[in-house]
Amino acid sequence: MIIFVSCILLFLIGLYAIVIKRNLIKIAIGFALIEYAVNLLFALVGFKRGALAPIITQIDTPHHFVDPIPQALVLTAIVIALGTTALMLTVILRIYNQYKTFDIAKIKKLTG
Amino acid sequence: MKGMSAIVKSITNITIGFIFLYGVYIILHGHLTPGGGFAGGVIIAGVFVLKVLAFGVDKSAEKKSSTIASIFESIGGLLFVGVALLGLIVMGTFFLNFLPKGEPFRLLSAGIIPLCNIAIGIKVGAGLFSIFLALAAVKYIMED
Amino acid sequence: MIELYLFLGFMLVAAIIATEIKDLLAAVISLGAVGFSIAIIFIFVQAPDLAIVQIVVEILTVVVFVAVILRTTHLDETIGKKLAGSQILAAVLFAGFAVLFLIVSIRALQQIPAFGHATMKVASEYIRIGLSQTGGANLVADVILDFRALDTLGEATVLFTSVIGVVALMRKTGRKK
Repeated sequence: MIIFVSCILLFLIGLYAIVIKRNLIKIAIGFALIEYAVNLLFALVGFKRGALAPIITQIDTPHHFVDPIPQALVLTAIVIALGTTALMLTVILRIYNQYKTFDIAKIKKLTG
Repeated sequence: MKGMSAIVKSITNITIGFIFLYGVYIILHGHLTPGGGFAGGVIIAGVFVLKVLAFGVDKSAEKKSSTIASIFESIGGLLFVGVALLGLIVMGTFFLNFLPKGEPFRLLSAGIIPLCNIAIGIKVGAGLFSIFLALAAVKYIMED
Repeated sequence: MIELYLFLGFMLVAAIIATEIKDLLAAVISLGAVGFSIAIIFIFVQAPDLAIVQIVVEILTVVVFVAVILRTTHLDETIGKKLAGSQILAAVLFAGFAVLFLIVSIRALQQIPAFGHATMKVASEYIRIGLSQTGGANLVADVILDFRALDTLGEATVLFTSVIGVVALMRKTGRKK
């Protein structure tokens, strides 16, 4: 239970970085922390104490494995997180080249 | 962008071949050991990123590299969808596993899974290398 | 299980450092530390596939972050300025929402099976027929490429779209009038 709650705490730290911080790079770091927290929570749900990794090494031995389905879902989610973080950083780079600052308060003031 | 010092260049010359071989091993043995198409593809993208960072790239080489990377990404995507459609044409169900299953624990077994792993490896590797080139090596000027 | 708690604590400390420190390069390196500790936690819960993918994706994420930061500025100039009134209101509202979210999520997490006792209703079927129906010994690769291959097709589409977006945004702009 403590282990699941620490994933929720990581999610809340990322949400704090998105809502309160004023630097655009810190906001992007917050998004990455949120994605890490959700992937970790999914992967921890499928754990069984005393079980082995889901790779079959010999036929006709009793199979006592961890749940392979949450691992399959998280595998693609990790690579998708990289794609969305890269796209977000591209937009941030273009904003910097236009306004020469990372501060969102100053960006709201400069219009046109 | 500029390259790095001579020590980095000589070490990179030695290790690039080994890292590429490791990435191909992880892709090909995806149905027997942990790994698969995604992990191997990202490792292969890392090989090309290492080469660009150590040796630098100038404008003409960068244009050529990004064109080749986009061609390879399209080939990987078309191969993946092509294998799925081949299952539809041959046997009547999309993504059906129509190749013979073989004996377990051999390299040529498990139907279409090795083909799909290779296609995904090529696609993910070329795509992530394109992202890195666009972010780090392209020189652009803002005219507004 | 003591090492699992140690790495979770290290992960939380590194996350707090990543959001609070002033130098942007140091913040990105702390993000890398969070990712690596998550990869080690994946090894402890018997998920070697996820550990490999998490390590290499973490390395590429840090490389992309550093590439963006080195083209711009290194320091975060917004720390230490005086807080406006609206920011204090936002902080109080966020604190209230965080406490509410924590309470509701703890009540929701008590409904799922406890950590270490997963009920594997669908997975026991996949484990039983996995090797004989697909021929592959890696059950996770069986699930993502044979039993649930349409999810992998969707993921390939999302990655392709993000690559198109990045390459299209970093073009020379400008019109010659």
